[in-house]
Amino acid sequence: MTNSNNPQSGIYGRTLLAGLWRENPTFRLLIGMCPPLAVTTAVKPALTMGLSVIFVLVCSNLVVSLMRNLLKPHLRIIMFTLTIATFVTICDLFLKAYSPTMSEILGAYVPLIIVNCLIIFRAEVCASKQGVVVSILDGISMGAGFTIALCILASIREVLATGCWAGLRVMPHGFVPWLGMQMPVGAFVTLGLLLGLAALITRKKEA
Amino acid sequence: MDRFSVLLMGFLSMVLVNNFVFTKFLGTCPYLGVSGRIDTALGMGLAVTFVTALSGTLTWLVDYYVLVPLGLEITRYICYIVIIAGAVQLVEMYVRKFFPSLYDMFGIFLPLISTNCVILGICLFINIWGTNNLLEVVVLSTGVGIGFTMAICIMAGIREQLAFSDIPACFQGAPITLITAGLLTLAFMGFAGMIK
Repeated sequence: MTNSNNPQSGIYGRTLLAGLWRENPTFRLLIGMCPPLAVTTAVKPALTMGLSVIFVLVCSNLVVSLMRNLLKPHLRIIMFTLTIATFVTICDLFLKAYSPTMSEILGAYVPLIIVNCLIIFRAEVCASKQGVVVSILDGISMGAGFTIALCILASIREVLATGCWAGLRVMPHGFVPWLGMQMPVGAFVTLGLLLGLAALITRKKEA
Repeated sequence: MDRFSVLLMGFLSMVLVNNFVFTKFLGTCPYLGVSGRIDTALGMGLAVTFVTALSGTLTWLVDYYVLVPLGLEITRYICYIVIIAGAVQLVEMYVRKFFPSLYDMFGIFLPLISTNCVILGICLFINIWGTNNLLEVVVLSTGVGIGFTMAICIMAGIREQLAFSDIPACFQGAPITLITAGLLTLAFMGFAGMIK
């Protein structure tokens, strides 16, 4: 925020930074919890998932923001989901065409982005009320915060479960892999501990 | 009899062995959000069961008899979403008319069932598994709903007790719930491999 006396750029800067920590979707708002648990057995699928979510979030925020004056209150949720479903279809076909192995690993979790609460939540809270630029920045910021959370979780799980990070060996030779980390239990417990840590940091900051 | 046992095995597998909440992380949001009290959890679970059974069957029918013959698989996700939203609307109207107290209790969570991953999840997985038998689809999608109901009720029971226990301040709320969920998952791993 170099130009903070200009109120317009202040809003842009704040929107862009909000998703990283203050309103981080996974650690602070606790929404869209399925992918952080499901695709974080390794770093690469987590990163692919994060990028797909950024793409869908930015595009759907853009479209929802453009049609915000035409929305009828009782039809808005279905309009949001139809918009999101369209972009998820694009994303799914793109992954199938250019990265078939990744598409196979992520499987049903790519179409499941449609029902990721994060995207509908941003459409409802931000894009259906704000202008186009703020909505796009909000999409980038929230998507980036989501991707970072995914990558942190995936890094911890992959390193402890296999001793590798994104396929590169990082742990010393005698390291015994924690197989539990690759199973659902590892996902739940790691995310629980990370959320506890996030709550601890918040309390320290406020105190 | 053989046919019946296949269906029974499929049902048990969806409820216990391949429970969507414990093994596929679907429906985690309501699982963490609505599991404060057993009666709310049970109501939510039953509403979800009804919608999974209805929309799982409907999406399979539409997919099998309309989309595939016409070569419209590309619109699959959009069609699924429309069908699910319709089914949820139906349940919402029904509950509001006949169980107003339950309707007030659900609040925002009832319309949000349409964005519950369990429901879209079962529609997608039925498609991925390539099930081509209507009876099997009905049994599997009901099983998923029952499995979800069981998971959320167990969780609600634990959380009612958890309210009285001494938890470090920073772990209160979501963190301890997630860790509890992890331990529950560990318990349910005992069923793994029992049924394919």
